[in-house]
Amino acid sequence: MSTVELKARLTDWPVARAKEVAIAGILVGVLAGWLSMPPATVRTAALPIVLGLVAALAGAYGIVGGERRLGWGAIAAALAGTALGLLFQHSSVGHLEAAFAWGTLLAATLRYATPLTFGALGGIFSERSGVVNIGLEGMMLAGAFFGIWGADKTGNWILGVLIAMLAGGAFALVHAFFSIHLRADQIVSGTAINFLSLGLTGYLFIQVYGSNGTPSLSTGSWVTGESVPDVTISNSGNFFAQVFGQLNLMIWIGIGLVILTYLFLFRTSFGLRLRACGEHPRAADTVGIDVYKMRYSAVVMSGVLAAMGGAYLTVGFTHSFNQNLTAGRGFIALAAVIFGKWRPFGAFAAALLFGFSTALAYTIPPAYSDAASSVLRSSSLFQALPYVLTLIAVAGVIGRSIPPAADGRPYKRQ
Amino acid sequence: MSEQQPAGERPTAAPSPQQPESPYPRTFVARLSARYRVGGVVTPIFTTIVAFLAGGIVVGATGHNPLSTYRAIFNGTGLNWFFPWVLGGDRATAATNLQQTLILTTTLILTGLAVAFAFRCGLFNIGGQGQYFVGSYVAIFVGSSWAGLAGPAHIFLAVTFAALAGAAYGGIAGFLKATTGAHEVISTIMLNWIAIWVGNYFFGLAGPFQGPDQFNPISSTVADSAKLPVFWGDPQLQGLHVGIFIALGMLVVFWIVLNRTTLGYEVKAVGFNPDAAEYGGISVKKNYFLAMAISGGFAGLAGAMDILGWEFNISTPQILFSNIGFIGIAVALLGRNTAIGTLFGALLFGALYVGTSTRQLDASVFDPQLASNLTLIIQGLVVLFVGADLLIIGFWEKIQKGAKAVARKAPA
Repeated sequence: MSTVELKARLTDWPVARAKEVAIAGILVGVLAGWLSMPPATVRTAALPIVLGLVAALAGAYGIVGGERRLGWGAIAAALAGTALGLLFQHSSVGHLEAAFAWGTLLAATLRYATPLTFGALGGIFSERSGVVNIGLEGMMLAGAFFGIWGADKTGNWILGVLIAMLAGGAFALVHAFFSIHLRADQIVSGTAINFLSLGLTGYLFIQVYGSNGTPSLSTGSWVTGESVPDVTISNSGNFFAQVFGQLNLMIWIGIGLVILTYLFLFRTSFGLRLRACGEHPRAADTVGIDVYKMRYSAVVMSGVLAAMGGAYLTVGFTHSFNQNLTAGRGFIALAAVIFGKWRPFGAFAAALLFGFSTALAYTIPPAYSDAASSVLRSSSLFQALPYVLTLIAVAGVIGRSIPPAADGRPYKRQ
Repeated sequence: MSEQQPAGERPTAAPSPQQPESPYPRTFVARLSARYRVGGVVTPIFTTIVAFLAGGIVVGATGHNPLSTYRAIFNGTGLNWFFPWVLGGDRATAATNLQQTLILTTTLILTGLAVAFAFRCGLFNIGGQGQYFVGSYVAIFVGSSWAGLAGPAHIFLAVTFAALAGAAYGGIAGFLKATTGAHEVISTIMLNWIAIWVGNYFFGLAGPFQGPDQFNPISSTVADSAKLPVFWGDPQLQGLHVGIFIALGMLVVFWIVLNRTTLGYEVKAVGFNPDAAEYGGISVKKNYFLAMAISGGFAGLAGAMDILGWEFNISTPQILFSNIGFIGIAVALLGRNTAIGTLFGALLFGALYVGTSTRQLDASVFDPQLASNLTLIIQGLVVLFVGADLLIIGFWEKIQKGAKAVARKAPA
């Protein structure tokens, strides 16, 4: 056998299979962690270690074959899976089953992820058109207040959500005017929107509802017609019914909007034009796209979507409002945009991941109330997880997140 | 550095001392530039007036009297202490109120500088809040656990370590910006929330640094030896602590570093045009890191001032609701990122927040809960208009360029 042939054998074959092997490696890595969790709750340390090694080897194979990102992903999955698997084995089966009741946990994940999904979709619209939107938090808060105010005053949740969308759009319009027409610093303008919304919703909340707070379900001053209804698919106790059987309508709308946003941005010419404004506005202008109009509509759309997320929080989820109710969810939504690399499905996956860590933050402390470790008894570090992950993502350790080229740059017509 | 300003100096930056050559500027251009410099003062004042007017409209539209509201807020700030005709009991009340205003001003000067310094390097430090918290946590740790040290040494160590911790935390964002290009706005927002939740873990129920009280999420209390001395008012009733001199000193440090050192020159050069600075032999990466670290140091110092000066401990609700660092953004923007501007911005927002607080505002005139939100509205409007203010500068620039062209054609 000639050296050329040998070289060909060594290089050609891995290239052909590297991708599949690396993907399998990621799955095996996940399995290494998952098998130690309910329902399997494997209790032998050997299993996660062996599976982790297999996954790491598959990853190395992938890297040799040229699939660097997937390969490193498999190695990361191997390390994380093995570590988590061993960690879970330290915990008793009873504890794990209390914390990881998958059906309810995943349903809770969807609930916590929904406001983030709406906000993140809004962020994608705005940033894809080239306008950074730090004001998502404020727009979401505006939606939260005006949603419940509208639903309460009109007695109809549909009108409540519409009023919320109008309010969010109005705040977004201010941001759009300052950052597009006046070419103000978009970060400054977004920060101003956050302050303004915090002050205005707080002021109106005290002015309208005072110390009594918003009407509540328990006192009967809030009627069911004022809440976004749940969609009941199934009440049987099986796994899928637990997750999807009884979800709020807004959750389904959110998932639908993820798909619609993807189709709109990446499968229509209008979406292409919008993205062009965010990548190279001058070129877009040259071919006859009205950059200002595009950016205005994208920013207003982002406010409308963020406000829907806020309206879900009050009208669909908590049925009450308090000052600064969103408490940073708009910023997590922004993190989801970046973590998802400015793509609808990526952002949705990030929102689910962040929602999962929030759901864990609520289920782990009660399940581990008798644990020795204060990390498990306190929910706080799980709340910090989305931010840590996003920080790692922007730092480019695992696949760098790169924003649209003209994101944050004002455009001046010539 | 010489008196010469780098070309990149923002036109409305630090009002440079006027040369008293003649009482009147000679040429049209010089007259314009004099007005231009005045614009650096006039526009923030104009911005503030418009924001207060708009706030007054909100108050009026919701059925309250704006005039009596603003009057009550003003009296709550204690600034009426400066009026010689306020006497007796009123004067004593005004004094305690003014002490509160100045306590908050102390902190806001420092969080304002934290934003301003980074801004001069072209970086937007939204992370003042997180850096402030990290400084607070370290101040609590040093202040409460190293008891037994002599007073001045204890204070010195607590303040220094808090500032260093803030610098390290701010430096993370600068380091990431320098090495990976991660946008500082995003990384500092993330670092803010990480600091908030880690603090919640530290001092929360069952947390590793929770104080002796098992049932409340409050940290240990700082030892007496680490408390900053109170020099005006009753120490038991939150008198004014010496931290205000540290803050005023930092304003001077800020000015000297920016205007009289190589570091300041480089920071400003990078802030104006990083490519040109790099071409001129200045390491942009180094300056990104240093600017963020110094900014973080200011914010960490602010945390130490609050903890050692009047709070003495920290609770998790306090961590979740504090927005001191964010007010710093408004302070710096209103103050045009200069030392003197930051001082006045801090005084304005310090007074506004204290004047509208539940403790200070006469509830029979205006509900303090409404008033604190009014403060946020005014703050938001100020920041919004400061953004639009850049447009005014651009307009001025155009006029000036035109004037220069005219002056060149017809030499005086």
